[in-house]
Amino acid sequence: MNQPASAYFISEEKPEIIRTTLAVIVKNEPGVLGRVVGLFSARGYNIESLTVAETDHAKHTSRITIVTSGTLATLAQIKAQLNRIVPVKRVIDFHGDSDALSRELALIKVAGKGDDRVESLRLADAFKAKVLDAGLEHFTFELTGSSKKLDDFISMMKPLGLVEVSRTGVATIRRGKGKV
Amino acid sequence: MSSSKNKSANDKLIGTEISGAEIIVNALREQGVDTIFGYPGGAVLPIYDALYQQDYITHVLVRHEQGASHMAEGFARSTGKCGTVLVTSGPGVTNAITGIVDALLDSIPMVVLCGQVPTHLIGTDAFQEADTTGLTRSAAKHNYLVKSVDDLEGIIHEAYHIATTGRPGPVVIDIPKDVQFGKTIFKGKNSYKDFEYDPITEPYMPAIKMAIDLLAKAKKPVIYTGGGIINAGKEASEALRELVKITNFPITSTLMGLGAYPASGKNWLGMLGMHGSYEANLTMHDCDVMLCIGARFDDRVTGRLDAFSPNSKKIHIDIEPSSINKNVRVDIGIVADAGIATKALVEEWKNHKGKRPNLDAWWNEINVWRERNSFGYKNSDDIIIPQFAIERLYELTKDRKTYITTEVGLHQMWAAQHYHFEEPNHWMTSGGLGTMGYGLPAAVGVQKAHPDALVIDIAGDASVQMTMQEISCAIQYNLPVKIFIMNNEWMGMVRQWQQLLHGERYSHSYSHSLPDFVKMAEAFGCLGLRIDKPSELDAKIKEMIDYDGPVIVDCRVSKIENCFPMIPSGKAHNEMLMPDDLGDIGSVITDAGKKLV
Ligand SMILES: Cc1ncc(C[n+]2csc(CCOP(=O)(O)OP(=O)(O)O)c2C)c(N)n1
Ligand SMILES: [Mg+2]
Repeated sequence: MNQPASAYFISEEKPEIIRTTLAVIVKNEPGVLGRVVGLFSARGYNIESLTVAETDHAKHTSRITIVTSGTLATLAQIKAQLNRIVPVKRVIDFHGDSDALSRELALIKVAGKGDDRVESLRLADAFKAKVLDAGLEHFTFELTGSSKKLDDFISMMKPLGLVEVSRTGVATIRRGKGKV
Repeated sequence: MSSSKNKSANDKLIGTEISGAEIIVNALREQGVDTIFGYPGGAVLPIYDALYQQDYITHVLVRHEQGASHMAEGFARSTGKCGTVLVTSGPGVTNAITGIVDALLDSIPMVVLCGQVPTHLIGTDAFQEADTTGLTRSAAKHNYLVKSVDDLEGIIHEAYHIATTGRPGPVVIDIPKDVQFGKTIFKGKNSYKDFEYDPITEPYMPAIKMAIDLLAKAKKPVIYTGGGIINAGKEASEALRELVKITNFPITSTLMGLGAYPASGKNWLGMLGMHGSYEANLTMHDCDVMLCIGARFDDRVTGRLDAFSPNSKKIHIDIEPSSINKNVRVDIGIVADAGIATKALVEEWKNHKGKRPNLDAWWNEINVWRERNSFGYKNSDDIIIPQFAIERLYELTKDRKTYITTEVGLHQMWAAQHYHFEEPNHWMTSGGLGTMGYGLPAAVGVQKAHPDALVIDIAGDASVQMTMQEISCAIQYNLPVKIFIMNNEWMGMVRQWQQLLHGERYSHSYSHSLPDFVKMAEAFGCLGLRIDKPSELDAKIKEMIDYDGPVIVDCRVSKIENCFPMIPSGKAHNEMLMPDDLGDIGSVITDAGKKLV
């Protein structure tokens, strides 16, 4: 791989941009999310989606799942820089991992009358979305699936009266009985 | 340090209930801290009260909290120990931050204890409240907000552990005032041992073997070292000297690494990088195998990256995994302590069988480059040429136990070029952050650690005004630092860039309204000396050395001297400017280069 003309020009280089999901296992202490997010903004990395929750109360462990993108070299730096953060215990990269399972949940509100309303319900059915709430002029759907599936559904709802979307961000885990 | 004695003195406290402030003082003592640099204020008064009631820890009262963090840096860099700083909340912390970031970039171990408003007032914009952990999150290696006095003792020990292991750096502990007053059982250092932070120090041996295979076949090898060798302790420097001796490889180092290998050593090429020597930079450019130990391929060192040492295989040893492959892709990356890895290289080299290429041709090439005498300059009988002043300073101080600090600017580069270091830990300069105002307080910190040594801050007229007031601190504690101002009446380095890159438009770089430094010295209560002519240099330098107390020297040097060689930003090692190139300088620097810092 060619090296950029100067350290200052690294961002001007245009090799292939790769998207990946990182699971960052952290000690659950105040400010840890700020450290992780601050790292991304300080060093100019992307965050496309972020989820965080405690996963093991007894061990004070939280899992932060970040979808990010960059060149292979940038992604390697992101992982190395994340590992510098003292309360970060592990960083798992799911890039190219065919055993990675990723899911996201969205709540989607659609308002409309007549054919549009019928059509939105029909599509929701096809996507196996649940109706969480309904009125004479609206539906609120709950949809779980890959981010791509959510994107597709949301774009189909747009002409049918899409009002509001709330998404959780991605959670990822590996297939099989082992622990990452 | 008699740590067993410290421990026994504290033993009787173990199991008793004491205040947070007393815990701080006693935990510091168990850490072997004998000196702290600080400044009081409302939010740290309980700690000051606890300090008042003991006599093991000496407190040095600074004049500005930036001074405290730089003093702690000088103290740490010259001793290999961890520096300790104590400041109050709000402005105390914000003032200290410059020195904290400086320590972060130059990997200086430091613990900064900050007062904070009481926990119940946090978040209310209370008087002198600042979001210290927020402000220092990216300024420090790690930071803590202590929410309960029960956590305090463990946090202090963990902070020293984190500051001093792995890639060293500053750790900030924010301590609300109610936590300082709160009481809990003192447990003693031995109760805090298993820290989760546990960086790798031992090299992966197969990688060391691969590295030796490469090095043993090299026809044009070079060793390039940095501050990591200094941080790894005296043993690391010794191992490096051994490695150079048994391999006969040429060696260069970064600004931060000077002294690890002696400047008088026959394999020494001088510093590399933007203002490094011709031979060091060309050796780096033309080498076939590069061994980098404890340096981080900084942009001041590499110049234009796609032309950086284009034909070499690169081996990089660093304790910080993120440094490897960050700027320059390397062939073998080894995460390890620089000293342990260098020792392993020495052992493997000795075990390695097989014929090794003859290095004579390589040395012949290097010796031709050396003949360019790239640090040479035209001397004068009438005006003091700054390089000459440093040469005289070197000649007159080299046989003493001398420590040099610097500010930032041309004088700093000339000091690196013309003052020759034989030992590690004797050269203190702000490399990564390039902080004007570093040198004077750093000198005070060094002198505090080495009361009998000769400590000289090679300063610039502009930089020295940034932290000048710390001379008052030096006087208070009888710390006889020598502030040698290379007064060119300009922000010389800015002026040089404006001359070369901005069409000689000298925008705001002239040092207007300079104080009379001699009178200023007298007003502070120390000796002021002025040197106007080259013929006075030796006598005045001797007077400076012999004076028993702090001295400020106003050395009037040439106003127009530039620092060469110079690799302009965006240029390659083999495109360095020599003083005689000055004629066509405008055409040498590209528009893209002008955008770089
Ligand atoms: C705190 C800070 N502000 C600004 C700069 C930018 N800067 C780098 S060198 C320099 C001029 C230094 O002048 P002086 O101390 O007189 O040293 P000289 O170059 O003349 O030897 C300046 C302004 C800096 N490095 N640090
Ligand atoms: Mg100047």
